[in-house]
Amino acid sequence: MSKPDSRPASIALPATEPVAGRRFAGFAPAHVLVAFLLLVSLAPVVLPEFYVTLLNYIGLYALVALGLVLLTGVGGLTSFGQAAFVGLGAYTTGVLTASPDLPGWLAWAGGSPWLALVIGLLLTALVALLVGSLTLRLSGHFLPLGTIAWGISLYFLFGTMETLGGHTGLTGIPSISIFGWELDEGREIFYLIWVFLLAAVLTTRNLLDSREGRAIRALKGGMVMAEAMGVNTSRSRMVIFVIAALHAAASGWLYAHMQRFVNPTPFGLHIGIEYLFMAVVGGAGQVWGAIVGAGIITVMKQWLQDWLPKLFGASGNFEVIVFGLMMVVILHRARDGVWPLLAKLVPVRGQHIEVDATAAALPRREMPARGERILEARKVTRKFGGLVANNDMNLHVEAGEILALIGPNGAGKSTMFNQLSGVDTPTSGEVLFRGKSIAGHASREIAGLGMSRTFQHVKLLPKMSVLENVAIGAHLRGSGSVVPAAWRLERGEEARLIAEAAHQIKRVGLEEYMHEEAGSLALGQQRILEIARALASDPCLLLLDEPAAGLRFKEKEALGELLSKLRSEGMAILLVEHDMDFVMGLVDRVVVMEFGQKIAEGLPEEIQKNPAVLEAYLGGVE
Amino acid sequence: MDLQIAILLGQDGITTGAIYALLALALVLVFAVTRVIFIPQGEFVAFGALTLASLQGGNTPATLWLLLGCGVAVAAVDGLAAVRRGDARRLVSILGWNLAYPLALAALFYASQPGAMPMLLQILVALAIVVPLGPMIYRLAFQPIAEAPVLILLIVSVALHVTLVGLGLLFFGAEGTRTPAFSDAQFELGSIMISGQQLWVVGTSALLIAVLYLFFGRTIYGKALRATAINRNGARLMGFSPVFAGKLTFLLAAFIGALSGVLIAPVTTIYYDTGFLIGLKGFVAAIIGGLASYPLAAAGALTVGLLESFSSFWASAYKEVIVFTLIIPVLLWQSLTSHHIDEEE
Repeated sequence: MSKPDSRPASIALPATEPVAGRRFAGFAPAHVLVAFLLLVSLAPVVLPEFYVTLLNYIGLYALVALGLVLLTGVGGLTSFGQAAFVGLGAYTTGVLTASPDLPGWLAWAGGSPWLALVIGLLLTALVALLVGSLTLRLSGHFLPLGTIAWGISLYFLFGTMETLGGHTGLTGIPSISIFGWELDEGREIFYLIWVFLLAAVLTTRNLLDSREGRAIRALKGGMVMAEAMGVNTSRSRMVIFVIAALHAAASGWLYAHMQRFVNPTPFGLHIGIEYLFMAVVGGAGQVWGAIVGAGIITVMKQWLQDWLPKLFGASGNFEVIVFGLMMVVILHRARDGVWPLLAKLVPVRGQHIEVDATAAALPRREMPARGERILEARKVTRKFGGLVANNDMNLHVEAGEILALIGPNGAGKSTMFNQLSGVDTPTSGEVLFRGKSIAGHASREIAGLGMSRTFQHVKLLPKMSVLENVAIGAHLRGSGSVVPAAWRLERGEEARLIAEAAHQIKRVGLEEYMHEEAGSLALGQQRILEIARALASDPCLLLLDEPAAGLRFKEKEALGELLSKLRSEGMAILLVEHDMDFVMGLVDRVVVMEFGQKIAEGLPEEIQKNPAVLEAYLGGVE
Repeated sequence: MDLQIAILLGQDGITTGAIYALLALALVLVFAVTRVIFIPQGEFVAFGALTLASLQGGNTPATLWLLLGCGVAVAAVDGLAAVRRGDARRLVSILGWNLAYPLALAALFYASQPGAMPMLLQILVALAIVVPLGPMIYRLAFQPIAEAPVLILLIVSVALHVTLVGLGLLFFGAEGTRTPAFSDAQFELGSIMISGQQLWVVGTSALLIAVLYLFFGRTIYGKALRATAINRNGARLMGFSPVFAGKLTFLLAAFIGALSGVLIAPVTTIYYDTGFLIGLKGFVAAIIGGLASYPLAAAGALTVGLLESFSSFWASAYKEVIVFTLIIPVLLWQSLTSHHIDEEE
C-alpha cells in the first residue's frame, strides 16, 4: 500500500486510502472467500431440507442474475428477456432427455443430460447471436422494450408448440449423474448448482479484470472514447449478451433436472422481471450482488407468502402488492443495491492491480521517418445545412513536428478536429493519414492505423483506476479474448499491457495517482491522463484537443517538455489550443482559422505579426 | 376468408389500433419528459374500464379507496414539508387536492346512486377517480428519485406495475367485465356495417390526438413540456419546474390511459391484468413509429391493431408471437439505416 505521507506537499489532492498497517484494514479477500466456501459446502449437511431447497433456488436465480449484472449493471444493457433463455436451456434438455421418440436426425443426442447441456448452450448462443444482432443496435432505453418483445414471443412459443407439451409441459426428465452418482436429491444437486454458480462468479470477475473486461466496462458511458481507442463496442455488447444468455441457459438446464419436469410458467416475462429485480437490488455492478439479490428476493417472497395470509386473512395475493411496494422503497433508500451496504459490514482489504515491472515491453510500431507527411487535409469542407463550418481547409502535419491549430471561438477548430479524427465525415475533400484516405472510416479503424487522440471534454471512466483507464489505450496492442480472460490464461499478455500503461503514466508524471479512481483527479490531471492513454496505443500521430486547459503553470511546463520529447522521438502532434503562451513557445508551425477558413499559416513569430491574425483576435485597428 | 370477414377484421383492427395509438402517445410523452418507461400505463386502462364497470354495477369502486390512500400519503409527505416551511397557502392547496377532493368524491357516493346516473356522468366520475392517481403516483414513486439513472426509474416503474396489478386483482377480482356500448346505432355503408361504438372509439381517439397536437403546439404548458423533453435543465432555468412537468405528464398519461379503458371496455372484455399486454402493444407501436415521431407512432399503432386482428383469425394461438415479433424486422431496418454510437449515462 502506498504511504500518503510521503507525497510532495505541492499536490493538493487529499489522500483517499486508509493508512495501512496501523489500523485494522480489513480481512484478506482470500480468507473471506474461503470462509464463504466453507459455509456454502456445509449448508446441506446442517440445514433442514426446506432451507436446502431454498438455497438451490437462490443458486439457480443467482446464476441468471449474474448474467444480468454483467449485461445490465456493468454493460448498461437492460434485458427483461432472460427468463426466455432459461427456458431455452430447460426445454432443450427436456426434449432431448425425456422425449420417448426423438426424430431420427436427433436420435444421437437423446438420453444424456450432459450432451443436452452442450447442445442447449450451443443453441442458446445461436439464438442469442440472432436476437442480439437484431435488438442490440436499438438505441438506448428502448432496448429493454425490445427484450420484452422477444421475451414474450419465446414464452408464447414454449406454450403453443405441440412438441414442447403445450401449457402442461414435459415430464419424466431424468436426474443428472456424475460418474455414476445420481443427483436425485436436493442435497446432492445443491453442490452441482453452487459449483456452477461459483465458477460463473469467478470467471465473470476474472473477465472484468482483463483487456476485454475493460472494453466491457467502457460500454456504460464511454463508448465514443472506447471506439477511439480501437474497441469494437458492438462486439463487446454482443459478448456480454451471449454470456448472460449462456448463464441463463445453464440455470435452466439445472432447473429442469432438479424439478424433473418443465412447463412454460417459470420462463414468462414476470419471472424475467424478477431476475432484473434481483440484479438491481443486489447491486447491479457487483458480481457478488447477484447472490445477495437472488437471496433477498427469494427469501422475501417466501416470507411474504408465509406471513401475509396469516396477517390479512385467507385471501392471498397481498404478497405481490407488498413485494412491489418493498421494491420501490428499497430502490428509494439504496439506489446502488444492497451489496455495497453489506460489503461495509465485512471490510475486505482493498486490492489494487499489481504492476509487474519485469514484464517484457510490448512490440512497438515502426515510427515513420522524420519529415514524412503523416496527416494531410485536402480541401476539406463541412456543411451543416446552410452553415459552412469548414471551408476548403488544407493543412498537413509531418513526423517530428508539432502543429498548432488556433483561432477565435467559433472558428471551426473542433469541427476540423472531428474531420481529422474520423468522428465526422467531410461534406467534400479528403483526409489522408500516411497516404491512406480515412474520411468516412470508423474511428476504431483509424486508431488501428496509429492515430490517437484526447478529448476537449475529458472522457474517462471515473470509477476505474488511472492505471486501468490508461490500459484501455493499449487495447489494440493485445489480443487476449473472452475465454482465456475468464480462465486467466492471458496473464502474460495482461501483465505486459498493464506494465505499458504504468510506463506511460510514469512518463506523464501521474505515477502517484496510479491506483486512484480517475474521477478523483483534478481536471488538469485528467487531461494529462488522457495523453497517457493516447500514448499507450503507441501512435505515430497525436491529436490533442486543448491539452493545456485547466493546467497550472508548472504542469503546463511539464506538458511542454513531454511534447517536445515526443517530437524529438519522431512523433507528429497536432494541437488545438487557446493558450497562446503555451503554443508560441512550443510548436513548429501554426495554422490560424477564422469563420471556417484558414487565414494564415507559418512559423509562430510570423503568425504573431500577421495583420489578418491580429485583426481576427483583437478586432480591426481603425 | 371472404371480403365480408376481411372488412370485419379490418374494422376491429382499426378500433384497437386507435387505442394503441393513444397509449403509444402517452408512453412517448412520459419517457421524453421524465425518462420513465411507464410500464404501468396499461394499468390505467384496466382501472378506468373496471372502475366504470363497477359504477354501472351500482357499487362503490375500490379505486376510490386507492385514491384516498394515495391522497393521504401525498398529503402527509408534502403537507409536513409545507408545515415545516410555514407555507400556509401551499398547505391549503395540498390538503385540498389530496384530501378534500377524494373525500368529496367519497361523499358523492354516500349521497347518490352512481348506478342510476346517466352513462356520461358515470364516465366522468370514473375518470375523476382514476386520473388523479397519475400525479399522486408520480409524487410518491418517481419524484424522490427523479434524477436517478433510467435503469432505476425503469425498475421502480416495473415494481409499480406489479403492485398495481396485485391491487387490481384485489379490487376487481379475477373475472373479466364488459360494459354496455355508448350507443347501439348501426350504420350501413354499402354492404359494410359499422357499429356506433367503433365510431366512438376512433372518433374520440382522433379528437384527443388533435387536441393534444394543439396543446403541444399552441399552449404555453404544452410548449414547456416539449422544452423539458428536449432539455430539462434549460427548462428549469426558464422557470418551468421539473416536478410540475412530471406531475402534468403523469396526469395526461393517466387521463389517456383511463379514457382508453373506458372507450374499449364495451368492445373487449377487460380483466384486472389486461392492461399490461395492451400497454405493451402501445410500446410496440411506439417503437415501430421510430420512438419519437407522433404521427408515425399512430401509423404503427394501426399496423399493430390490424396485424393483431388478422392474425387472431388465421393463427389465433400465435397471435401474441406474431405481434411481438413484428418488432424485429422494424428494428432490423432501423439498425441498418442508423450508424451513430450513442452515449448512455
